[in-house]
Amino acid sequence: MTAEPRAAALTIEGLRVSIGGHDVLHGVDLAVEAGRVHGLAGESGSGKTMTGLAVLGLLPHGSRASGRIAFGGRDLLGMPARVLDEVRGAKIAMVFQDPATSLHPMLTVERQLTEHMRHHLGVGGREARDRAAGLLAKVRIPGPREALKRYPHQFSGGMRQRIAIAVALACDPEVLIADEPTTALDVTVQAGILRLLRGLCDDLGLAVLLVTHDLGVMSAVADEVSVMKDGLVVETGPRGRVLREPRHPYTRSLLDALPVPPAGENSP
Amino acid sequence: MRSPLARFLVRRILTALLLAVGITLVTFVLTNLVPGDPVAANLGQRAVGDPAIVAQWRADHGLDRPLPQQYLMHLEGLLHGDLGTSQQSHRPVLDDLAESVPATLELAGAAILVSLVLGVGFGVVAALRRDRLSDHVLRVLSLVGISVPTFWLALVAFYVFFFRLQITPGSGRVDPGMTPPPHVTGLYTVDALLSGRWDALSSAVAHLAAPALVLALYTIGLLTRFTRSAVLEVLGQDYVRAARAKGLPGRVVLFRYVLRPALVPVITVAGLAFGSLLSGTVLVEAVFAWPGVGQYAYKSATTLDLPAVMGVGLVVGVVYLVINLVVDVLYGVIDPRVRVS
Repeated sequence: MTAEPRAAALTIEGLRVSIGGHDVLHGVDLAVEAGRVHGLAGESGSGKTMTGLAVLGLLPHGSRASGRIAFGGRDLLGMPARVLDEVRGAKIAMVFQDPATSLHPMLTVERQLTEHMRHHLGVGGREARDRAAGLLAKVRIPGPREALKRYPHQFSGGMRQRIAIAVALACDPEVLIADEPTTALDVTVQAGILRLLRGLCDDLGLAVLLVTHDLGVMSAVADEVSVMKDGLVVETGPRGRVLREPRHPYTRSLLDALPVPPAGENSP
Repeated sequence: MRSPLARFLVRRILTALLLAVGITLVTFVLTNLVPGDPVAANLGQRAVGDPAIVAQWRADHGLDRPLPQQYLMHLEGLLHGDLGTSQQSHRPVLDDLAESVPATLELAGAAILVSLVLGVGFGVVAALRRDRLSDHVLRVLSLVGISVPTFWLALVAFYVFFFRLQITPGSGRVDPGMTPPPHVTGLYTVDALLSGRWDALSSAVAHLAAPALVLALYTIGLLTRFTRSAVLEVLGQDYVRAARAKGLPGRVVLFRYVLRPALVPVITVAGLAFGSLLSGTVLVEAVFAWPGVGQYAYKSATTLDLPAVMGVGLVVGVVYLVINLVVDVLYGVIDPRVRVS
């Protein structure tokens, strides 16, 4: 699959991160384009999640980051938290691994869907509620109006992740970082979430950074694939090429570890 | 249609009522199991030697009947608001309690109020400034608060602030010679406010300050430590990171996302602490000559004044019940998962 070159929505250059003096990222380079899903693969501890967190300034207590994270002509890394708050949630949003813990258990779905909308977009209560119901419909939550009044624990895991995606989309972001969005879910609901992400990317022109350790997931939706190992990106390229003719031995070993050949191998 | 919260409330209140009946049974049985003879404790040396007087006294107080019958009489009396007559003061126990219970509630209430404000405040500050100087200072101070025995602190505070420095008034609830404000709630500060007696208000607050602070020190320390660890735990939760990822302002994240779940364990501890405050008042009341239920309980217990002891047991038990009820209800208000399950 070849794509015409586009302007990258989010570019990460030479990102280094250390936590408590221990280096976890050794100069990561990544570019995520609008309307494309960029899969970031690698085993646990390879630094995939830290890369995603660094973009939004969410690294754990006591970590240091250097390099450059360019978004809209600005470097997110040097930004003070107050300025970064204008970007996070509004322009770059994130979906976390486990919707059981990433949604606040004591706040209604409506509150969690509308509060950043009202904060970033300055919309009123009624308009925010209408938009929220629209978002829930978009992520295919049945009975969106009633769903607004309920709490996260009243939904199934797959539904919760759909709600978390709706929360991420609330302010029409340009970039969506999805950190293992299907790992905590049943296999049967995984496909639905991935299809949803793919559709949103195509319909809204979102740039999606899909962090996952699962190459099967990757092969189902990603346009580009980057493979990380020990805090470095070892291979980047179009999905078909990376999955069919891996150049790096680590990518090959990851592919060999799969019980069934990934879909990318059979796709044209 | 009733809301889930209303249903939750009704269920809790019914349970509390059942427990209240249980409390009457327990206080009654325990009081009668006490190895002591109220006859010897109440009648003089010569009267005890006269079987006729003893029998008469026992009959007057219903002590000659079988225990189950005594319990039923006790229950029947309770339903009519009759807690019996104190064998010591020869007044209805209810009247005695109506004087001493508000005094203790005022003292313990002021202490828990101060503890909640300072303890939760210090705990939040310590958590947000983890591992910095202010955190270390607050942690040491809270440890001191927990470790200092209340009776010792009460004696030292009384000696230093009243006797030496003379910045606090002495014992009692208002200055000697001052008439207390007209009785409405029995809490002098509230009654003084209601009647506009500003002199009584300032006197009552001045008298309340030292014993309340002495009593509060332990709970301040306790709540500081619990709040700190509760806030730290919540700060590490995914939903707090998710709230930051949404670009919400720091204070919104703190008050809406962090404090609310952190308050659940803090409320539990505050409820328990209120109970320990009530028992702590016995010693503090003795030092500051505070005419509360602690002093009354002590006097009744040493003279084996059974109706009075049962009255105190009942009141303390009911106060615990009410606190537990309030804590349960607060859980339901804070955490929707408790009421909608």
